[in-house]
Amino acid sequence: MAMRVMKATAYLILSVWAILTIIPFYWMIVTAFKNQVAIQAIPPDWWPSPPTLLNFQVFFGAAPAFRWLFNSSFVAILTTVATVTFATMSGYAFAKRRFPGDRILFWLVMAVLVVPYEVKLVPLFELSAHLGMIDSYGGLILPAVSAPFAVFLMKQFMTTLPSEIFDAARVDGAGEWSLFVHVVAPLATPGITVVTIFTFVDSWNAFLWPVIVTSSIQMRTLPPGLAVLQLQSYTDYGLQMAGSLFTAIPTIILFLALQRYFLQGITVGAVKG
Amino acid sequence: MAVGVSRASERSTPSRAMRFARRHGWSYFFAAPSMLFLFVFWIYPVLRSVMLGFSDLNLRTGETTFVGLENFQQSFATALFWTALRNAVVYTVVVVPVSLLIVVVLSVLVFRLPSAGQTFFKSAFYLPAVTSVAVLALVWKWLFNPVIGLLNYLLGLVSLPAQQWLGNPDLALPSLMLLALAGGQGAGVVLLTAAMGSIPREVYDAARIDGANTFAEVWNVTLPLLRPTLLYLLIIATIGSFQLFGPVYLMTSGGPDHATTTIVYYIYQQAFEEFQFGYASAMALIFMVILIGISFLQYTVFSSDVEY
Repeated sequence: MAMRVMKATAYLILSVWAILTIIPFYWMIVTAFKNQVAIQAIPPDWWPSPPTLLNFQVFFGAAPAFRWLFNSSFVAILTTVATVTFATMSGYAFAKRRFPGDRILFWLVMAVLVVPYEVKLVPLFELSAHLGMIDSYGGLILPAVSAPFAVFLMKQFMTTLPSEIFDAARVDGAGEWSLFVHVVAPLATPGITVVTIFTFVDSWNAFLWPVIVTSSIQMRTLPPGLAVLQLQSYTDYGLQMAGSLFTAIPTIILFLALQRYFLQGITVGAVKG
Repeated sequence: MAVGVSRASERSTPSRAMRFARRHGWSYFFAAPSMLFLFVFWIYPVLRSVMLGFSDLNLRTGETTFVGLENFQQSFATALFWTALRNAVVYTVVVVPVSLLIVVVLSVLVFRLPSAGQTFFKSAFYLPAVTSVAVLALVWKWLFNPVIGLLNYLLGLVSLPAQQWLGNPDLALPSLMLLALAGGQGAGVVLLTAAMGSIPREVYDAARIDGANTFAEVWNVTLPLLRPTLLYLLIIATIGSFQLFGPVYLMTSGGPDHATTTIVYYIYQQAFEEFQFGYASAMALIFMVILIGISFLQYTVFSSDVEY
């Protein structure tokens, strides 16, 4: 009996908290499909009746939404491909190869991990200006490539792979590049998957740097695009929620499709405990 | 060994470079792209930031003049710098312990569920973590609307007075805390339950034989063993909270009356609205020293070498 009460209490607390977490998302969706009258209604309706696409029409008219979607996708994909490729290569080098300077280089990777991002903002802006990358894809992508955390995670993961397999492949006459492509990378797939997913989501959701490096409306990605939208139509909540939903949907679908990797992957490279 | 050395000396000097390249060339090839990006976009900017902190940057010519500690003195002499620092500290001091407590409670409860239930709740808690801060900020600003917002309606249902939320200087920062607490626990729960899963069963069995009840078991057995993970969560949460920016930028612009101006928002304003690059860099450096100091302190106080 006491067991059953405890179990029910556990479910109750968890459910309340889950509802608390999900309500903002629910309210975003409901509002996005409400008409202006329903949005202002007190008490508010818990369901849009009738549901309308008007907010989305206004959104697509007021903002270059599909250009922002393209920018977000293009930037996130290129950032992820480059980051994952380079992090896998250097993770392998740091975990499985000895070369002069390897320790000091990896120490530098760890050292910049503790530096808060804000310290880099001004110099990064200055550097982007010098390289002519302000308000360009280069400015959005290059500074985000090869984040030290990705390098660190890949090195941690590579360390767990057995070196004997690599040695055996070398004895069989495999060249270093084909060894990397055909043996190392396939074995590292779980680590690569995790770094890919998290790099993509981080890049998609990035806010601070894209706000700084883009100046024209056309070059914005979705999250800083929302900031523009908010400035233009401060009180049009239907429009804002339609834009928010449009921005959030891709990563939410990705999350629901790859749930397993998200929920397990986060523990790769984390401290034992 | 001796054979190798004598052979090496027989060869002429150009082959030394050749042999070095043959031996280590591939290693450098694998490490090079990441290291190039590391130096250009991480290490150089940090060093440049240190230089800018002690300089005055002429925006027209791009030239820097060394001004010694002037930028730092300006920071310490500016009331708003202290306000911004205090706001970030207050926010962190509330959000971090409360969210860690929530993470522990939720993890302990979730961990006992069958695996389908675990996946369901973890997914629900995790949703905000895959959502851009821009989306969360816009949605919460709508929830906080003082006239037609959902929160005031819900308060009304339980006969509580409507609030100004973001418009009230006393309530604006707590409102941002609410946003963080009501959605920021997913990653923590996933990490902590994973760590709980790696504790050997025998440890629990031993505790039960000793007659420990559930609460005692969690308090005396589980939590001490989870100390490394909790420490990790503590440091990550502290750093993350201290860097509060997105919600401030999108929801309050630091107001009302600077009640939500955090240190990162203030640095952003000084750099990219006032173009005080030297001053902003100096504050960023102070901020970095504080963050690293706190992390180090937390590490030394709470770290342990529990093994099991």
